[in-house]
Amino acid sequence: MVLHTLNQAPANAACMASALNTITSEDTLLLIEDGVYWTLPAFASQLANLTGRLVALEADLKARDLKADAVESVDDAGFVALCVSHDKVVSWF
Amino acid sequence: MSTEGILVMTRSAPYGSSAARDALDVALTCSVFEQPVTLLFLDDGVFQLLKGQSPSVIGQKNLNAVQQSLPLYDIKRLCVSTSSLEQRGLRQDELILPVELVDDAALPALLAQHRHVLSI
Amino acid sequence: MIFSIVVQAPPVQTQGAETALRFARAVLAAGHSIHRIFFYRDGVHNGSALTCTPQDEFNIPQQWQELAQQHKLDLVVCIAAAVRRGVINEQEAVRYKQDQWNLRDSFELSGLGQLVEACIQSDRVVTFGARS
Repeated sequence: MVLHTLNQAPANAACMASALNTITSEDTLLLIEDGVYWTLPAFASQLANLTGRLVALEADLKARDLKADAVESVDDAGFVALCVSHDKVVSWF
Repeated sequence: MSTEGILVMTRSAPYGSSAARDALDVALTCSVFEQPVTLLFLDDGVFQLLKGQSPSVIGQKNLNAVQQSLPLYDIKRLCVSTSSLEQRGLRQDELILPVELVDDAALPALLAQHRHVLSI
Repeated sequence: MIFSIVVQAPPVQTQGAETALRFARAVLAAGHSIHRIFFYRDGVHNGSALTCTPQDEFNIPQQWQELAQQHKLDLVVCIAAAVRRGVINEQEAVRYKQDQWNLRDSFELSGLGQLVEACIQSDRVVTFGARS
C-alpha cells in the first residue's frame, strides 16, 4: 500500500499520467498544493483510470475556493494518518 | 513481500535542471553507506542515459562519466521505463549503460520492493 | 512512528516548503517523532538566516527555526547543495575564504549521508518537492 502525493496542476498532465501508471487499487492518491485542481469535474475523465482511493488536502482546496464535494478530503492530521496507514510515501512533482 | 533499500526515482532531463546530477549523488551516497539502491529513470529522466553527451559547451560536467562508474559503486539495478523510452522514440542501444527495462505493469511491484522511494 | 522529511522546495517561490512545515507540525501533533528534516536542492534556501519577509507574510526559515527549538528537531541542510547556492556557515566561510555567512541557527550543514541515515532510521520518509 503506497500513499502517492501529487502537487502539480492539470497543465502538467504527464506527471499525473506517470503517477496513475504506478497506482494500484490498494494505493491512495493524495492531491496537494496545485494538484487539488485535478478535483474539478473537467478533469474527471483523465482520472477515470485511477483504481486507488482519491483524496485531496483540505487546506489546499479551501485556499483555492474549490468545493470538490465528490472527492474525499483530509486535513493535515489526516495526511499524517494516511502516511501511517500506508507502507511508504511516493511524491510526484 | 520483503522490502529493503531505497528507490531513487528521477523524471527530469539532464542539464536543464540539476535533478539528474542530484539524483545520481543520492544513489552514490546510498552505495557508500552500503544501502541497496535502485535508480528508476522515468519520463524525461530517460534522456539522462543517452550516450555521447557533450555538456561542456553549456558549461556543465558530463553525466556520462559518473553514470559509467555506477556499476563500480555496486549500484546493481538501473531501471528504465519501457514506455518512457518508446514515447520518446528511443532505443535501449542508445543508452550509455546496460539497464533493466521495466514496463508499466511492473512499476507498482518495483515501488513495493523498496522500503523508501525518493523522488528527485 | 518515526518520520523523516525531505524538503527540496525553496521558500517563497513554491508552496512546498510551507506544506512541509505544516506537515511537520501535524506529525508532531499526532505524537509521532521526526528523526530528521533534510533540506536538499533549492530546499537549502530554507536554511538562510537572511530572509526578510513583510510583516503580514510568513517567514518560513524562521518558522523552521522556531519549530526546531520547540521540539529539538534535527534540521540538516545538504552541504554540497548549500555551498553552491551561497548558504554557508562560519566554518565553510573560512574554508572557501568568504567573509560572510548566513546559515540560520538551529540548522546544520552536513552531507547526503544524513539523508541516507534518515532513510535507515525512519519508518516513513516524506518528500516535498518543486518541479525543476
